[in-house]
Amino acid sequence: MTGEALAFYVLAALTLASGLVVVTSPNIVHSAVALVPSFLGVTGLYVLLNAEFLAGIQILIYAGAITVLILFVIMLTEGGTGMRARQRNEQGPIGAAVAAAMAVLLITVATHTAWPRGAGTLPAYTTAAIGRSFLGANILVFEGTSIVLLVSLIGAIIIARKEE
Amino acid sequence: MLLDWGYVAVFAIVGAGMVALPLLIIWLISPRSSYPQKFETYESGVPAIGQAWSQFNVRYYLFSLIFVVFDVEIIYLYPWAVAARSQGALAFYELLVFLVILTLGLVYAWRKGALEWV
Amino acid sequence: MPWYLELLRAVAGTILIFSGVAVIAAMFGVLLERKISAWIQSRLGPKHVGPQGLLQTLADTLKLLQKENIVPRRADPVIFASAVIVVPLAALLDYVVIPFGTTRAGPLIFRDLNIGVLYFAATSALVVVGILMAGWGSNNKYALLGGLRSAAQMVSYEIPMGLALITVALLAGSLSTVTIVNAQAGLWNIVSQPVAFLIFLVAATAEVNRTPFDLVEAESELVAGYFSEYTGMRFALFQLGEYGEMFAMAAMAVTLFLGGWRGPILPPVLWFVIKLYALIFVFMWVRWTFPRFRIDQLLGFSWKVLIPVALLNLVVTAFFVVVAHR
Repeated sequence: MTGEALAFYVLAALTLASGLVVVTSPNIVHSAVALVPSFLGVTGLYVLLNAEFLAGIQILIYAGAITVLILFVIMLTEGGTGMRARQRNEQGPIGAAVAAAMAVLLITVATHTAWPRGAGTLPAYTTAAIGRSFLGANILVFEGTSIVLLVSLIGAIIIARKEE
Repeated sequence: MLLDWGYVAVFAIVGAGMVALPLLIIWLISPRSSYPQKFETYESGVPAIGQAWSQFNVRYYLFSLIFVVFDVEIIYLYPWAVAARSQGALAFYELLVFLVILTLGLVYAWRKGALEWV
Repeated sequence: MPWYLELLRAVAGTILIFSGVAVIAAMFGVLLERKISAWIQSRLGPKHVGPQGLLQTLADTLKLLQKENIVPRRADPVIFASAVIVVPLAALLDYVVIPFGTTRAGPLIFRDLNIGVLYFAATSALVVVGILMAGWGSNNKYALLGGLRSAAQMVSYEIPMGLALITVALLAGSLSTVTIVNAQAGLWNIVSQPVAFLIFLVAATAEVNRTPFDLVEAESELVAGYFSEYTGMRFALFQLGEYGEMFAMAAMAVTLFLGGWRGPILPPVLWFVIKLYALIFVFMWVRWTFPRFRIDQLLGFSWKVLIPVALLNLVVTAFFVVVAHR
């Protein structure tokens, strides 16, 4: 087993285990905090895919900003004061069956499709490549993103202030 | 490049171990004498009143929300900054449009009082 | 190099950096703070333990190691304990991309990541999560309030810091710290980017929760803020995180604005240390000179003053770099 494969399995295990804690923990603050190792696992997976810039963003935005946002929301509502919520209900067996069926479907599709290979190789310095694409082919994506951000900012402020 | 991040991973793991080392030491050698008052939460010497949190303050949430939006904005600026030198005036005008739109958002937040603390 | 040698090298480098930071940042940094605060206040600092008080922090650390480990009754033990590890670890992760100098073999840096500056911003953001965990895990109103306010403050100042970093990256055309230092061969960035330098310093002061932005942990305000309930060595570990982060910020400022290790005659590492301690002195000087901001003042200052100024600085810099130099 090469080092990369080993790293992949370790990171995947970390991501999935933390994800399991997020979904099944009765303590909601534990769930939120368990997101961080999950995000860090995904960061490692991005690095294995040679997407360095994406890995940096993953830490900065997800582990740094989104987690803080979620923790703020949890800590500001009463649900964080030690309330234990049951994470199971009566539809457990049906849910498990559906999940298993989905898994079989996805694995079959993934292994039986002839994935086309992209031409060329990955650039050595992905950040510069992304930047050049922003200034070249994806210039409208760049500007469009700013509009999306503006809209989301306005929408969030309207919704949040309506609650007062 | 993978090797770089392998180093970072080793740094994080060994680092966590080194930070946990003093905790292990105190777990081994610290004195233990329990009496109930010692485990009360600290509130300037008087018994704690009420639960740990009692009031919904939307301003904390608003700040972190605006922060997320601006954080996403600046991650778009990182690759732009790296590649801007080679592209000349186009890069500048692109930046200008991007920042003007985002500044509109900041001004909106400012005018709507989302940036006030009280 | 075979993988076990690389692993050994990584582990050795980690231990070296951690010990270095623990000694230089935490021990000497705390002592330096006490001495400087003393001189500014016309008194002498610690003098008795070791020559001129040099072993004071060591003595304090040994004392703290023997203190009892109290966990408040209704505190969440998992989060209470994890926060102690997350905060110093996130602060120390900053040091991966800081170049301490250069030797004939290459730059003296743990690892010159391609996204160095972005990585630094990211690990600074991780500290905020640790602080929220600490504030929450204590089950103490003051700690929680301190943690939330501290998080709001740090988060608000990350944007101007990021904008300052982007401006420097624009000048150098790269996010790698070594490239940025080498790009300052002709002119230090502090001369070409004074505004970004000031913004970075102010944002760094706020990120580390130092005066004038230390409302959340000032003794007269919220007890000790988010680490009120942490006793003994855990408290020392939080201090390690805070001082380590301060030194990391100063080191990054030296790298980005003061030309890193560059300088004539003296060996590069020595230049780095000189510049680093010059900035540390400025940080400490500011702490003992200015009164502290109120929370609404400091948040307003970040969003309404620093961010517009940083954006304007970026636009002007972009104009000069991209348009005027064609």
